[in-house]
Amino acid sequence: MEILVCVKRVPDTAENEFQLNSAGNDLDRDDLVYSVNEWDNYAVEEAIQIVDRVGGSVTVVTVGDSESEEVLRREMAMGANNGTLLSDDAFENSDGKGVATILAGEIKKGKYDLILTGAQADDAAGQVGGMLAAMLDLPYASLVNKIEIEGSKLKIGREIEGGNQEMNEIELPCVLSIQTGINEPRYVGIRGIRKVAQVEIPVKDAAALGVDPASVGEAGAKVKRVDYFVPVLGDGAEMLEGSTDEIIAQLIERIKSKGGLA
Amino acid sequence: MTQIYVYVTHKGGVADDIASEFIAAAKKIDPSATVTAVVTGSGADLDAVATSLTSKYAEVIKISDPALAYPNAEVIRKALCNVLDKSAIVLAPHDTLGMDLCPGLSIKMDSTFAADVVDFEGIDGGKLKLVRQELGGAVSTHVACDISNGAVITIRPGAFAPVDSAASGKVTDKPAGDLSAKRKFLEVVQAEVGDVDITKSDVLVSVGRGIQEQENIAIAEELAEAMGAVVSCSRPIVDAKWLEKGRQVGTSGKTVKPKVYMAMGISGSFQHMGGIKGNPYIVAVNKNPKAPIFQVADVGIVADILEFMPALTEAINEMK
Repeated sequence: MEILVCVKRVPDTAENEFQLNSAGNDLDRDDLVYSVNEWDNYAVEEAIQIVDRVGGSVTVVTVGDSESEEVLRREMAMGANNGTLLSDDAFENSDGKGVATILAGEIKKGKYDLILTGAQADDAAGQVGGMLAAMLDLPYASLVNKIEIEGSKLKIGREIEGGNQEMNEIELPCVLSIQTGINEPRYVGIRGIRKVAQVEIPVKDAAALGVDPASVGEAGAKVKRVDYFVPVLGDGAEMLEGSTDEIIAQLIERIKSKGGLA
Repeated sequence: MTQIYVYVTHKGGVADDIASEFIAAAKKIDPSATVTAVVTGSGADLDAVATSLTSKYAEVIKISDPALAYPNAEVIRKALCNVLDKSAIVLAPHDTLGMDLCPGLSIKMDSTFAADVVDFEGIDGGKLKLVRQELGGAVSTHVACDISNGAVITIRPGAFAPVDSAASGKVTDKPAGDLSAKRKFLEVVQAEVGDVDITKSDVLVSVGRGIQEQENIAIAEELAEAMGAVVSCSRPIVDAKWLEKGRQVGTSGKTVKPKVYMAMGISGSFQHMGGIKGNPYIVAVNKNPKAPIFQVADVGIVADILEFMPALTEAINEMK
């Protein structure tokens, strides 16, 4: 099975405290720690496990600048066979549809049986997989947490409300967005990264993909971020301060009054 | 005049709560918009939900077909494309069906897509201004959407205060058209019940990423024992297989109604908070002072849970 996995380099939510820049229109990105989108690691792991079972190859692809190469190498260190970087100045500030258009250009150039994305990334929209499928007229399922191969079809599970699982049959080729927890992504050590450090990663621009530059990037975006701000959701918690002993005494008193301690 | 369709999901002949939240959302988009409810399905359940919606909406479009009996997004997408005016705004819930349905629907309708919207700030010069969150709720953004060609938008369940509007509307039947699809629904497998029922406990000690290592779960268990509580958790702990699925609180896990909820090293994503009902007293301990959980908790402490929990356990045990 020929599998393409779409991945993204994102700010790591576990490693960063997000601050706005002085103008208030963007994050302060100077000191941000970036990594592979968490959901994408599960997608790559699933692809590798499928190829281990039935043969074929795994290609990872991303849209981004030269810094995005590091996430391709990381996924190749996990075991993906090939990596491709889709990069062009015209791709900058693409909205979700723009990213899907660029990826669709690459997919049309190849021949893939299965296309995987993470269920969502840093912008929490969960949009690229479903858009890609619609652009390519392929069947789609989101939030997939189980894949079984049955000939020219897949039996897949989707995570739905309450932790229940919705089982579907879907024809190949198809696009699936992968939910975390489907597998346990393998650890990538420094040795693994070193092994793929010299592998050549082809870079394709708009012309190579046959993508109209006006349909993507800033020019094609119909959805534009105006600014960032720190949300205010409620009145905010009463913050307890002082020594640990003082905090604990105050906390126990409050928990008692709410019936949380006998 | 703006035409807004709201795609109302339903179960057992009863519309989801989102039906009343859509009215609030549509008013914020354009108070003068024509708002039409759309329901898909089949049989008596569909008839019941369509009729019930006429007390809220002036017009209800009902698309009935045996193929729509179970909400298969691939089939619903075709039905909606066959029936709806493509230049309109379509609202749907940002839940596991809306996420499955809407990105592709926007492509097929050749319109703009926005996901998981928590607020609207009206239309200005063909641009709809809306609010959504990124990076696990750590930051919000204002977004301008060009809606000149229509839009498909998912809204966050619970984000818009429900509006009761009185109407005496009518139901219009529309034929679904061609519904052939390459994906077939098979069955729903119910989540397995774990050894502990977290929905029954008055006090939950709930752990998130801040617990760091599987061995540290024991620290939470000691605190839970001292408090007569049960240990629950957020999604990453289940993904890592440190606790079983039955312990997970959230929209993709269990819905709990404790008196006291101890959020230990939990950032507080809306998917997690969506599983906490009944307005419990929420205690949040997190070493990140900017964690979103501090905005929704009742009392907050900035601390490393691996140091704080043992100290609290000891203090409680000394009281006894």
